[in-house]
Amino acid sequence: MEKARIGAPSIDEIDAGTPAIAGMSEEGEKLAAENPAAGSPLAGEAVKSHSHGGGVGVPDSSRAGRLTSYRLADFPVLTGREEDWRFTPLQRLRGLDKGELVGQPPAVAVSAAEGVTVETVGHDDARIGSAGIPEDRVSAAAWESAAEATVLTVPAGFQAEGETTVTVTGAGEDPAASHVFIHAKPNSAAVVVLDHQGTGVVSENVEVLVEEGAKLTVVSIQDWNDDSVHASAQQAKIGKDAHFKHVVVNLGGNLVRVTPSARFAGQGGDVEMYGLYFADAGQHFEQRLFVDHAVPNCKSRVTYKGALQGRDAHTVWVGDVLIRKEAEGTDTYEMNRNLLLTDGARADSVPNLEIETGLIEGAGHASATGRFDDEHLFYLMARGIPEDAARRLVVRGFLNEVIQQIKVPALEERLRDAVERELEAGNL
Amino acid sequence: MSTLEIKDLHVSISTEQGTKEILKGVSLTIKTGETHAIMGPNGSGKSTLASTIAGHPRYTVDSGSITLDGEDVLSMSVDERARAGLFLAMQYPVEVPGVTMTNFLRTAKTAIDGEAPSLRTWTKDVKAAMSQLRIDADFAQRNVNEGFSGGEKKRVEILQLELFKPKFAILDETDSGLDVDALKVVSEGVNRAHAGGGMGTLLITHYTRILRYIKPDFVHVFVDGRIAEEGGPELADRLEEEGYDRFTAPNGALNTAAAQA
Repeated sequence: MEKARIGAPSIDEIDAGTPAIAGMSEEGEKLAAENPAAGSPLAGEAVKSHSHGGGVGVPDSSRAGRLTSYRLADFPVLTGREEDWRFTPLQRLRGLDKGELVGQPPAVAVSAAEGVTVETVGHDDARIGSAGIPEDRVSAAAWESAAEATVLTVPAGFQAEGETTVTVTGAGEDPAASHVFIHAKPNSAAVVVLDHQGTGVVSENVEVLVEEGAKLTVVSIQDWNDDSVHASAQQAKIGKDAHFKHVVVNLGGNLVRVTPSARFAGQGGDVEMYGLYFADAGQHFEQRLFVDHAVPNCKSRVTYKGALQGRDAHTVWVGDVLIRKEAEGTDTYEMNRNLLLTDGARADSVPNLEIETGLIEGAGHASATGRFDDEHLFYLMARGIPEDAARRLVVRGFLNEVIQQIKVPALEERLRDAVERELEAGNL
Repeated sequence: MSTLEIKDLHVSISTEQGTKEILKGVSLTIKTGETHAIMGPNGSGKSTLASTIAGHPRYTVDSGSITLDGEDVLSMSVDERARAGLFLAMQYPVEVPGVTMTNFLRTAKTAIDGEAPSLRTWTKDVKAAMSQLRIDADFAQRNVNEGFSGGEKKRVEILQLELFKPKFAILDETDSGLDVDALKVVSEGVNRAHAGGGMGTLLITHYTRILRYIKPDFVHVFVDGRIAEEGGPELADRLEEEGYDRFTAPNGALNTAAAQA
């Protein structure tokens, strides 16, 4: 078990062009002697009228120092050199970073579990902004542009049966904004699925408020048409003794960038974050998460797994975990694994762990990127397994570790089918 | 009764320096129930023979034939060879990400037999075989060979040998890297598989020590891509005493010449 490590940003990447290595390569983290000062307020505790900037605009600065604001104007125009945009092909954002997003918003349809209330409210609703604050320009653009928000509420003490599905369907290729607010009141339990589909160029803010003792699962599926562009900032605030499970599934779209964050606001919180992505030729799937251990005695586990196939399939995983000085008793572990199925694909994986107190239960991270190569194939075929079955066996098994965490049978089946379709499409 | 017949086999690999011939005419016949030991110094082509029989794409067969009960093995794909009853216990088993041992063993067994094994007896068989090979039960839930030690990987190869029940087993330096205890356990596994009477074994080794536990009926000495000498078990004893020197350096004059070169 790794304990109390102070981590600086490190890059673990394997280009598919490197020589074949049997099995997986494990990369540890780099240690930094210094630990930049933190101290920016938490999102959600800020008020809307002004912005917060850590003012430490260098790439190695603490995650806590990142600029947060509800106002687009506070974020400089992107150059691509920013730490949080350096992997993203900005020209493919198709205007999401340019300014106001005036395209027709995606259609939002909700199939709610009994007892879960659904509202469409003005963006000036008091709840909006109580669980999140934009951390980048594209998110701020959506914040400023969205006129309405969809609010789901799970009443206090209510255990919802079955899942609530929010289907977000793109309305075309003009840059548009969307906002969803999910509110799990104290001691409630629910599963919410955000299902993104169709053709859209959408920046979206998803706020999740998990109050004391609540148990909430949010699954966000990005299964867009191939021409779509989607940026989604999904920020959760986790109350005392609350349990939040977050699952990101990136399957379709030209460029999909999901930035989930989990901020602990009370002791005893428990967060599980999972991700599954399957990138094909030309697709850029980026997932950047942030776990903010701001209070003592909380636990977080992060598991993201991705498969890549085809020329210029590119995935990015950045996992920022911050254990603040006051967060004694923290227990955290994050892991990312990537499987390159063909040449020409690229997976970037960057785990960052910042630790400001040594009085913790545990903190660790792991990143590994492996290739499915001729030696794997030979081994499985030498045991009688035909070539196509061998490839499927590996990919299915690899991704199933995440799929089986979802615990919504219909959804698990759908994702297994989706993986099969990806394999078919890749002629594997 | 089955027969694996290798006739005048010539095999090469392509390297950056061009094509290199490794096997220069190997002939060998193995029948069910027989154990053949192939011994020889490093680089003599032993492992090439093993990999060629299994169909590794790195090796090109330039001429000669391999047949299993008259069927042309060389025209079969790698998986077809396995389903026909050939099993290669690999010298360096690879780690397969994302596939648990349980899933792998069942998938392979189903492919080899052409039907899924009965769940109840299969689980029991796997457990029993694992315990006999002193493989921890929790290995079943781990990914194939992932994080296994060298010795554990070899045990898992023999586990597969016992479970898949091939017609012919080719053991490619299964003894290398094993301590005495592991060597015993692995040898017992091979002997159990052999005792069924339905298997022929081709045991490839550099050292004679595994032959204390697995008794060969025939010993073939490989030197420079050819079989230089053949005999019974007594040949192994002689090799133990004399080593391979008399094959690699046939006379003192050559040694002198080499020293001066």
